[in-house]
Amino acid sequence: MSTNETQAPRQNVLEVQELSKSFTVSAGGGSRQLKALDGISLSVGKGETLGLVGESGCGKSTLARTLMMLETPDDGTVRFDGQDPFALKGKELLAWRRRVQMVFQDPFASLNARMSAGQIISEPFATHKDLYRGSAARSKRLNVLLDLVGLRSTDAYKTPQEFSGGQRQRIGIARALALDPDLLILDEPVSALDLSVQAQVLNLLNELQQQLGVSYIFISHDLSVVRHVTDRVAVMYLGRIIETGVTEDVFDRPLHPYTAALMSASPKLDPAMRPAKRIVLAGELPSPLDPPSGCRFRTRCWKAEDICASRRPDAAGPAADGSISLGMPAIGPAERAHMAECHFPISSPAEAGLVPAG
Amino acid sequence: MMEVLDPQTREAATAEAVLAVTGLDVDIRTPTGTVRVVGNVSFTAYQGQTLALLGESGCGKSMTAKAIAGLLDPVASVAGGTVRLEGRDLNAMTPRQRREVAGPGLGIVFQDALTALNPVYTVGSQLGEAFRIHRGMNKKQARAQAIELMRRVGIPEPEVRVSAYPHQFSGGMRQRILIAMAVALGPRLLIADEPTTALDVTVQAQIMALLRRLREEEDMAVVLITHDLAVVAEEADDVCIMYAGNVVESGPVATVFSSPTHPYTKGLLESVPTHARRGDDLSSIPGSPPELKSIPSGCVYQDRCPMAAAICRQERPELRPTGANQFSACHFSESLRAGATATPAADSVASPETPSTLQEETR
Repeated sequence: MSTNETQAPRQNVLEVQELSKSFTVSAGGGSRQLKALDGISLSVGKGETLGLVGESGCGKSTLARTLMMLETPDDGTVRFDGQDPFALKGKELLAWRRRVQMVFQDPFASLNARMSAGQIISEPFATHKDLYRGSAARSKRLNVLLDLVGLRSTDAYKTPQEFSGGQRQRIGIARALALDPDLLILDEPVSALDLSVQAQVLNLLNELQQQLGVSYIFISHDLSVVRHVTDRVAVMYLGRIIETGVTEDVFDRPLHPYTAALMSASPKLDPAMRPAKRIVLAGELPSPLDPPSGCRFRTRCWKAEDICASRRPDAAGPAADGSISLGMPAIGPAERAHMAECHFPISSPAEAGLVPAG
Repeated sequence: MMEVLDPQTREAATAEAVLAVTGLDVDIRTPTGTVRVVGNVSFTAYQGQTLALLGESGCGKSMTAKAIAGLLDPVASVAGGTVRLEGRDLNAMTPRQRREVAGPGLGIVFQDALTALNPVYTVGSQLGEAFRIHRGMNKKQARAQAIELMRRVGIPEPEVRVSAYPHQFSGGMRQRILIAMAVALGPRLLIADEPTTALDVTVQAQIMALLRRLREEEDMAVVLITHDLAVVAEEADDVCIMYAGNVVESGPVATVFSSPTHPYTKGLLESVPTHARRGDDLSSIPGSPPELKSIPSGCVYQDRCPMAAAICRQERPELRPTGANQFSACHFSESLRAGATATPAADSVASPETPSTLQEETR
């Protein structure tokens, strides 16, 4: 795959290996384990956008929260610029927290209605006191941030209610950028916005990345948006990444039946892009409290056979030299490889139902 | 010479008009005065077809649906126009007459299935309510009907699930229950207000397939309210595009999407990330929709329109024919039609022989 070789190896900002997280939930008198993350491995390069795709309940948000250190993982390692953030304490931890920031989905709920836009954007300075000392430095930084996200300096005095949804999301982005982070976790950043405004915010995120070199983890259920803004994509199902690769590879030649079904099920504006035959999956996401044995997707998969129930599939995918490589590598040059966890991967775009009618 | 048909009389020969909305106005009373949230909206929905009301949040599409169904909040009221269901004007009826006609004749599905269902009653009793009220059935008969309905909309083990409460169902199953409730009495018109917005994409595909099947089985007219252009492109026959309470363009989906004759339609279509490549700027519409209390006189879209001229500030354009069954409220629709080439080739709907070049271009 040419896309793998032409890219110069870039430095990773974030490397995650075999991350697991369970929650204890009370169910029917007893308590049970809900495995929200079950061995997640991924990496994000400097200035790169990794897309995270999956249906509700697949563990996307738990992953985001764990990377923000809002949850403690049960198992696995997180390396941020080579450092384990969970080993940090005190001042070091505070210094680390500045480097990973988050933009939330709902621009109406995530901004305090009693604060002005300027106060909201400047609030991080109160926690991270060493970064911008003195009111002059802070107001200078505030103006830089407002300018970065396309707001006027007079907007700093307005409250969130005076802004439209798109402008509010700009405030949320400015707040996330206030401390000059290395990684932004964007949790459905445009799904609450109207289409005409959505494009404005996506363009802004793109400009900011080129200007600041910040990395993004872009969580979204909108596949057309993911295709447009991400370099690589990871598809999650019931707490596992079931397929990963360079965005174009995954979209044009999906290997996992679930990925193919997602692509096939998403409505297309252009009739010429519509599949000849739409894959409509039966059923819904099984309860993560009681995930299926073997392959977790088998209960909804049209290709499932006996082995899918008895053995969890290894990751496999076509390697650059045409051979089949095994294992889901997150680190090293192979991290750009296109891999899926499936006993019977999709062999062609035609099988995935992605060849247009005609 | 093409004869342009009035939307009301169109296709009268082939499909029967089930719902005809003419000049509908809806006002909301606020502490600072009355605000017109729906202005002069007209459209017709035909038997066995889907009409989409497309627009962004606050454009008045849901308010239009509520006005048709007679479910407006107390602060809102219909200020003018007619809503005819199979020829009978619902707005001219007494509440009692309206219940008798629209109760069985008009079904509505809301976006949020959890808030639309009552949490303290079983789904069976909520599904059976329509049969008890309108068909005079007893509890046992109504329950049997509820089970049958649940089977029709694809809920597994309906005999058991009929006694379950709404919170015991998943989002997709709740939406199926709402749909079952809406089609219980065999309505002529089904209004679906963002029926899949809260659902995951694989479940969305299931629900859309269910709505399509029911539309065919019942030969109903469907009014689909959505903000999703791709859903409209796949599901609807006709589309009405609304902006700031007004219809700005309407017509057959294939025509409107392939050659839009309103700058807002054009802007929307270009905002969808389709063939754009990673890193390319998406074209976007500058600004955001106007506040309903400060809709400009003249054209509602003037503040964001790249073509706005002096006349757009002075005079509100009327919906005028711009093509076969296509209507646009723009002073410059003719020049748009002349230059309309930029958007996806929706005409390939008609020709299955389209070469698959698009697939190649994306590689």
